[in-house]
Amino acid sequence: MSCRADLAVEAENLTRTFGTTIALDGATFTVAHGEVFGLLGPNGAGKTTTMRVLLTLLRPTAGRARVAGLDVATQRAAVRARVGWVPQDRTVDPLLTAAENVEFMAGMYHLTARAGRRRAADLLGLAGLAEHKNRLARDLSGGMRRKLELAMSLVNVPAVLFLDEPTLGLDISARRALWSYVRQIRDTGTTIVLTTHYLDEADRLCDRVAIIDSGRIRAVGTPTGLKDRFAVTTLDDVFLAATGQDLTEQPAADQLMPS
Amino acid sequence: MTTPNESLAPVAAPQAVARIWREHRVLLGRWLSRLRRERLSAVALLAQPMVWLLLFGHLFTTMAQVAQVPGGSYLRFMTAGAVVMTTFNGCLVGGVELLFDRESGFLVRMLAAPASRLSIVTSRFIYLAAVTSAQGLIIMAAAAAMGVRYATGLAGVAACLAVGALFGAGVTALSVGLAFSLKSHGQFFPIIGFVSLPLTFASSALVPLTLMPGWMQRVARLNPMTYAIDALRTLVLTGWQVGLLLRITAILLAFDALFLAAAALALRRGLR
Repeated sequence: MSCRADLAVEAENLTRTFGTTIALDGATFTVAHGEVFGLLGPNGAGKTTTMRVLLTLLRPTAGRARVAGLDVATQRAAVRARVGWVPQDRTVDPLLTAAENVEFMAGMYHLTARAGRRRAADLLGLAGLAEHKNRLARDLSGGMRRKLELAMSLVNVPAVLFLDEPTLGLDISARRALWSYVRQIRDTGTTIVLTTHYLDEADRLCDRVAIIDSGRIRAVGTPTGLKDRFAVTTLDDVFLAATGQDLTEQPAADQLMPS
Repeated sequence: MTTPNESLAPVAAPQAVARIWREHRVLLGRWLSRLRRERLSAVALLAQPMVWLLLFGHLFTTMAQVAQVPGGSYLRFMTAGAVVMTTFNGCLVGGVELLFDRESGFLVRMLAAPASRLSIVTSRFIYLAAVTSAQGLIIMAAAAAMGVRYATGLAGVAACLAVGALFGAGVTALSVGLAFSLKSHGQFFPIIGFVSLPLTFASSALVPLTLMPGWMQRVARLNPMTYAIDALRTLVLTGWQVGLLLRITAILLAFDALFLAAAALALRRGLR
C-alpha cells in the first residue's frame, strides 16, 4: 500500500473476522489530515471493530491500514504513541481526581511527572474543567466525565483522535458542550475519526462520512455530496438509501470483539 | 478558544528505562491512590493481620499447651503462620483490580497507550509485595510487643519479609492469571473462596504437620504455603539454618516459575 503524506488514515481491504463472523469486510477508505471523518452505522455494523484495528487493539485478518503514516500491523507501538482514543465505555478511574486521571494517562504516554501535571492543567483548562480538577471523577456529571475522557485522550497531542460514540447517553446540553470542545480540538489541526448514532450531529460536524453496514463500507463522501448523490435531504435518508434499513433499527451485535 | 500553551507539544520518545520508570510511577501511584480513597479497605488491610494474630493466637493457645507446639508459646509459633497467611490472602485477591479494569474498559484504554503491557502487571506485583510486606511488618512488630523474640534478630525479620514476597509472587501470578482467564468478578470470588480456606488449613500455618492426620500431612507437603511458613518459623524460632532456607527458596522459586508461566499464558490471551 502506498503511503500518502496528505492522509492521516488509509485503510485498504481491511478485514477482521471473529470465528465465522465477519465483523469488517474489505473496508477501504482514507481520511485526510485535519479532517473530521464520521463512521456511521447501526450496532454491529463494524464501526468499533474498524476503530480497534486502527488503534492496534485488534490485528486485521486481511488488508492493510496506516495511521499517521504508520502501519497498524507492524508499527503498533509507534501508532499508539500518535493516536488518542475515547472509547464507547466510560473509562475514567472513579477513585482518581480529574487531574490525577489526566496525569495517569500522561505517564502511560511516558511524560515526566512535571510535564504530566502541566499538561493536565492545560487540558483541563481547555475542557472547562479547571475548577473541578481536584474532584474525584465519580463525583463529576456524565458530561464532565466525557470531557475528562477527551482531555485524557489528548495527553500525547495525537495526530489522529478516535471518538467512539462520544455523546452516547448524554443530555442535549452536555452533547452541545462536548461537540463544542471537539470543534476546538479540530481547530488545532487534529484529525478526528468518530462514530455516532446522531446523524444530525455528524451532518453538522463531519467533513466526510462513511456509511458502514454489515462490515462493509456502503458509501463515502461529504454529507452534502451524499445527500445529492442519493437525492435526499438528510443523512438518515442517505443511510436508508445506501443500506436499505433505518438506523433506528439496531441489531445488538457490535460487541462481538473481546474487550 | 483558549490557545494551547507550549506544554501541548508532541511527546518525544524517552529511553527504555525512563519509559518503564514513568509507567510504573503512574501505575503504582494509581494503586496507592485507590487504596487511600477506599478507606474501609485500607483499615481492613491493617486490621486483618492483627485479627490473624489475636484471634487464632488466643483461640489455639490452650490446645497448643496440651500439644506442645514448637517455640514455647503458641503466639511465637503462630507468628510465622500469620505473616504467610496474610501474604497469601492479600495476593490471592490482589488480581481482582485488573479484572475490574477489564470489566470497566479501563484496561483496554491503558492498552491503547504505548505503555508496556508487562508494566500493567508488574506494577500490581510490586504493589502487592509492598502492601503484604507492610502487613507482615505490622504482625511481627505487634508480636514483638506481645513478647515474641526473634531468633535471627532484625536481619531475620527482613529475611521473613523476603520469603513472604517470594511466596506472594507465585500467589499473585495465580490471581492475575485468574483475572485474565475469567469473564467476571462474579466467577473470581467463589474460586478464591474455594481455594483460600482449604489451602490455609492444609498447611502448617495453625498447627504443626505432626499433629495432622497422615493424608493431610501429605497434602500439606504439596502446599507451597507450608514451605514458606517453615522458612519463617525457622527464622523466628530456631536461627539461620542456611541449608533448609536455600532448599525452601528453591522450592518457592519453582512454585513462582510454574504459576508465572501459567499466568503468562492467560495474559497473552487477555492482553492481545
